[in-house]
Amino acid sequence: MASDRSKLAFWLLMAPLLIWLVTLIILPHIGMFLVSLREKVGVREYETSFANYAVFFNEPLYWNTFARTAYMSIAATALTLLIGFPIAYYIAKLTRGRAKTTLFLMCLIPFWVSELVRTFGWMILLRETGVFSNLLQYLGLVDGPVEMLYNDAAIMTGLVYTSMLFMVVPLVTTLDSLDDSLIEAGYDLGASGFAILREIVIPHAMPGIVSGCIVVFMLSLGNYLTPILLGGKDSLWFTGLIYSQFITRFNWELGSAFGFLLLGLSSLIVFVGLKLSRQSLGKTMART
Amino acid sequence: MSETPDLECRAISKNFDDFKAVKDVSFSVPQGTFFSILGPSGCGKTTLLRMIAGFQKPSGGDLLIKGKSMLDVPPNKRPVSMVFQHLALFPMMNIGANVGFGLRQRGVNKTDVKQQVERVLERVGLGGVAERPVSSLSGGQKQRVAIARCMVLEPDVLLLDEPLGALDLKLREHMKIELKQLQSEFNTTFVYITHDQSEALVMSDQIAVMNHGVFEQLGTAKELYYEPATSFVAGFVGEANRFAATVESADSGAVQMVTAEGKALRGVEAGRGLSHGDKVDVFVRPEAIRLSRSAADLAQLGNTSEGKVENILFNGANSQLILRDLTTGAEMSMALPQTGEFRDLAQGDVIAFGWEPQQTRVYRAGGAHGL
Repeated sequence: MASDRSKLAFWLLMAPLLIWLVTLIILPHIGMFLVSLREKVGVREYETSFANYAVFFNEPLYWNTFARTAYMSIAATALTLLIGFPIAYYIAKLTRGRAKTTLFLMCLIPFWVSELVRTFGWMILLRETGVFSNLLQYLGLVDGPVEMLYNDAAIMTGLVYTSMLFMVVPLVTTLDSLDDSLIEAGYDLGASGFAILREIVIPHAMPGIVSGCIVVFMLSLGNYLTPILLGGKDSLWFTGLIYSQFITRFNWELGSAFGFLLLGLSSLIVFVGLKLSRQSLGKTMART
Repeated sequence: MSETPDLECRAISKNFDDFKAVKDVSFSVPQGTFFSILGPSGCGKTTLLRMIAGFQKPSGGDLLIKGKSMLDVPPNKRPVSMVFQHLALFPMMNIGANVGFGLRQRGVNKTDVKQQVERVLERVGLGGVAERPVSSLSGGQKQRVAIARCMVLEPDVLLLDEPLGALDLKLREHMKIELKQLQSEFNTTFVYITHDQSEALVMSDQIAVMNHGVFEQLGTAKELYYEPATSFVAGFVGEANRFAATVESADSGAVQMVTAEGKALRGVEAGRGLSHGDKVDVFVRPEAIRLSRSAADLAQLGNTSEGKVENILFNGANSQLILRDLTTGAEMSMALPQTGEFRDLAQGDVIAFGWEPQQTRVYRAGGAHGL
């Protein structure tokens, strides 16, 4: 009896997670995969084939967009790490009590408004008639209005800004758990600041670095709003291609194939990243 | 000695805002000494040690190592090494990498590092463990690795910040002896801080008792135990029975006193200058008190009394007897000799006890109180 009860409790507690996983993740993916394997041969006539995947490999535009999305996302991840690490180190190690909470909260505050509004904020700053352009003109540094939107730098700025929190939080958590006396012991044994960073701080923070990088990379790769709004028509972001296949062209078959290729790409890059940093996914997620 | 001491502090002090953690402390430690700083928590001993290591900058005074001022030398350039309270071994490296860390920072080449690491590990009795992870060691072995990690750099002074605090009692007793042996083997100056008086007494050549940011007394273990200079030292080092009394007369060190309950006591003055009417604190060591079944046996002792047995704390050779003095009502703790004579002593028995005036140390009341 008692074991029946606890079993029931177990399934009831698991139910929300299972329903979420099955109905929102697994079923749509199976459906999408089946759709991606259909080749349209006539009106309402379909055959099972890999033709949609073949389209991707035969069209250089798709290829290039795919590769560009990948390396831009990797660059955004690296940049976020470079900017986020000192911030996280400062919050975790150099501040105490109230100041720490306040700084942490300040990283969080931008996320209280929607991504759309934040991206519009960047547009107001960067556009031709925007704040920066006017300021430069007012200071006499440029003669006419400057367009700072619709280029790769704008996309990169937007991506780094959007994902900063997801890098800072795991880094602060792991750096917080680094005992200060380890750093002091390093100094005491004659190490320079750089040697301590390389031999003690970074190895300790590795799980946080890896999990932050995975999250930021996934977010960047799958981001739609930021590249489209800040990069404009030339943004060439792979999610943009998927969107146009589904919504503009009504070509769900090709769109689904693209979706699966993106999934494969992100999984592959995360796998390679984990292998290179000699971390395992389970360990990384458990430590942060 | 004309030799320059390994470590010398001249009127060193440290203020945190309004709080004076260390107040004008001066001392010097000759080469090869095991020097302990003993004090309760919050007495400033950790601050003092961190100033020597270079993690904190003194507010005043000077700090010299082998005759050279260290004030402007950062911690990674000082010829001192520190064993941290929780050892601070690097968990991301194996034992060999931990011990070789300092050598690698100095740019010693790989094969030399390997040789020296192996040699120092053998000296601490841990040969052949260099490839193993730190987590595979027991508490005492970690301790030795932490010491080896410092000693491989051949520092002028080794600082130890209560490294035995985290160990269990049995291992702590064992490590006390081992630390002392390691110190004499390496013949390096050790500066050891602790709040545990038995650690300090067992291991040290010289002990400084610290309280409220100043050294109350500096001396050998025996001096501190038999001739405590202040009432704080008398209370902190070793066990002691303590009474409050008023001076009746003081004559060249010998003091006659009377307690609030009217009991007369005789003792010796720790300093000079007590006179009639002064309030004093009186300290008597538990092992200075003699017990007897008949009061007549103890008549030749200067201080005698009778008490009722309240409790017997049996602990083999270290057994203790708690009495309630029949005249003053004060609780007295004394060593219970395990010679068999008092084996049948039971709770509620009345027994005579007494002690020599020489064993009774008298201090002016209102001095430093740490207990």
